Amino acid sequence: MSVTEKELGEFRAQVSAWMKDNKPADPGFLLPQSFMEVGSEQQLEFLREWQHKMWAAGYLGMAWPREYGGGGVEPVFQTIADQEMRRHLVPICFNIIGLGWAGPLIVDTGTEQEKVRYLKGILSAEDIWCQGFSEPDNGSDLGNAQIRAVRDGDEYVINGTKIWTTMGNYAKYMILLARTNPNTERKYDGLSFFLSPMKIEGIEARPIQKLTGEYGFTETFFTDARIPADCIMGEEGEGWKIAMKTLQYERGAEAGAAGGHSFVRVVIDDLIEQLGAYSRDGEPLLQDSLVRDQLVKLIIEEKALSLGDRRAGVGPLTTDYPFSLPLSSKLRITEYARRMRQFAISLQGAAGGLYVGDDEAPQGGFWQRAYFNSFSATIGGGTSQVQTNIVGEHILGLPK
Amino acid sequence: MSVLGNTTLKFSEEQAMILDTAREFCRDKSPVSAVREQLDTELGYDTGTWDEMVSLGWAGIALPEAYGGSGLGISALVPVVESMGRALLSTPLVSTALAAQMILRGGNTEQAERLLPDLASGTTATLALLENADWGDTRIGCIVDANGTLSGSKKYVMDAGTAQLFVVLVEHDGAPALALVRREQLADGAISSHTLIDQTKRAANIDFSGISLADADLICGETVATALGDVLLLGALLTAAEATGSAAACLDTVVEYLKTRKQFGRLIGSYQALKHPTVEMLTAMDSARSLLYHAATIVTDETLGKDAEIACRMAKAQATEALLFAGDRAVQFHGGMGFTYECDAQLYIRRAQWVQQQFGDSLHHRKRLAALLLD
Repeated sequence: MSVTEKELGEFRAQVSAWMKDNKPADPGFLLPQSFMEVGSEQQLEFLREWQHKMWAAGYLGMAWPREYGGGGVEPVFQTIADQEMRRHLVPICFNIIGLGWAGPLIVDTGTEQEKVRYLKGILSAEDIWCQGFSEPDNGSDLGNAQIRAVRDGDEYVINGTKIWTTMGNYAKYMILLARTNPNTERKYDGLSFFLSPMKIEGIEARPIQKLTGEYGFTETFFTDARIPADCIMGEEGEGWKIAMKTLQYERGAEAGAAGGHSFVRVVIDDLIEQLGAYSRDGEPLLQDSLVRDQLVKLIIEEKALSLGDRRAGVGPLTTDYPFSLPLSSKLRITEYARRMRQFAISLQGAAGGLYVGDDEAPQGGFWQRAYFNSFSATIGGGTSQVQTNIVGEHILGLPK
Repeated sequence: MSVLGNTTLKFSEEQAMILDTAREFCRDKSPVSAVREQLDTELGYDTGTWDEMVSLGWAGIALPEAYGGSGLGISALVPVVESMGRALLSTPLVSTALAAQMILRGGNTEQAERLLPDLASGTTATLALLENADWGDTRIGCIVDANGTLSGSKKYVMDAGTAQLFVVLVEHDGAPALALVRREQLADGAISSHTLIDQTKRAANIDFSGISLADADLICGETVATALGDVLLLGALLTAAEATGSAAACLDTVVEYLKTRKQFGRLIGSYQALKHPTVEMLTAMDSARSLLYHAATIVTDETLGKDAEIACRMAKAQATEALLFAGDRAVQFHGGMGFTYECDAQLYIRRAQWVQQQFGDSLHHRKRLAALLLD
């Protein structure tokens, strides 16, 4: 079953037309720039409706099996649909923990019962998913997770705390990493993986207010929360293995995601585009030679990032320190994003001091919010400092 | 259209083979001991090594087959020059290649047929462009008068001590032109050598006054300006290639030291104050290398377009910054040893300073990039 270029071209045109016709009008309130920033019911309902609409039109979960709500076609169609979503700057697909991480895990390794029970709700946005990996005392050290799950008849009793739970207060299900055996020799062997319900007694998701002033994730407390024993995925003790597989999907190392774009990419073009509105010393800002030099530095950096992705695929040009490009990618990209956004604010003159909520804030405070939010990526998923250690030790071979 | 523009990066099997061969050759021929042996010699390079490079076809690798070359273009020269930079191997390869490109792009068929086969087979040549320290100064004080007599001097002429042919930027009849001067035409004492910060390099001032040129040895017309523009960019590109290689070698030197030197009972590479900047060296070098091979992908024998100009300038700006940082930190991280002439860090910090100014520094290129990207 091979797809012709012609078919793909026709499909692209069709998606493009649909996105153009169906792109929602500005709702009049701020939309999240990433799935980690859904902080109000208003935003949630808007994004839920949008995702449902894209799924109903057949542009989400295209490569998932038909019997579970998917489209049953080759993944290349979804890739094209995703590209068109980005190109038309439509709102994000917020249910990404389901679409991108939990979903493909269930498609690839779940039981028939799990597939029937969960997959369609993920695609239609009826069921929102969250992830319970990080704990207050175990951020980067995931294998040390301490939350307890104790088997009691047909149930597991969960006690402990998870943190940085994106959409924890809205989610119906959580992929939960918990300790079923505290006495194993290796800490990893005592972990189990659950597809846990969230809307039950004993689970309290307390929203955490972020640096930006918004909400988006929770601290999630489990107090004698009883979940059905069949919520476990795989066997007891297989939790670490399954969690690692989940991270492969999360980091994009393993294919299978249902599709949809989960964050608004902010690129140097967005920055340059807004600069026409500003002046410096009474002259157009873009004529200021110091500003120009800084901008060119950023353009070089962003171009090098993009070219690095290409060079990573050229074997003979990666023999020095193999994997240095992919392993440093998160570090380089997120640190660049943070500095670029910070610089954007510095160019706004006195208006740079205005924030989201002020009528006169440039672009509604887009850059201020984007800058603050950039820390979610320089901290989340391993801080830049930990990433730098990893690159130093694993790529350069420097001692711990 | 994004300001990032063209982001193609391709590397052929042929280029991969060249890179492989060149890296091995340079590693074998130019261990640090061999580099050091050349630091105070007159020529600055080993003629036997140069002859071998010529027999490998590298002198003509970028020249068309019609002129005795391999027809592989500048993109095949980049991996060779990067490998030379990695081993700090100095030869007249870059000078000769750039002089050849100037003749190829600016000269007529007769000149190309007469001169390029010699350059492809190992006759050394160089460019004589600068009259002061400013790479952005377009005034020309060297004149060829109506009788074909040259007057004026050039500064910072690379490999002047060995070059058999000089391609000299002059003014003739009120317009830029190129004079082709043979070594034997130079007056006694015309060459006065510079003392360079990078002791692996050689350059000199040359007084060309009084030399008589035949018509056939003057390149005039519209091709001169485009050839000059192209060759300045190719010079930046090849300097970037050399710098990127040197930055990678500098990084290796630092990593090796950080993995073996102990202080306070610990290997110093375990200290994040040293480990993290070393990772910065790696990422800066990685960026330089990506930009370098992007530029190598899009430069051709044709007149360089806007994409190629952007690519060459970015490669030079980034490679310069990467090596300046790496060389500077290499000295610092070697501690007391780093301050000695004996420590190899000195080779890299000196190379960094030389690379910085050659074919325009980072500010020079970013200023021009600003116009290309933002206006």
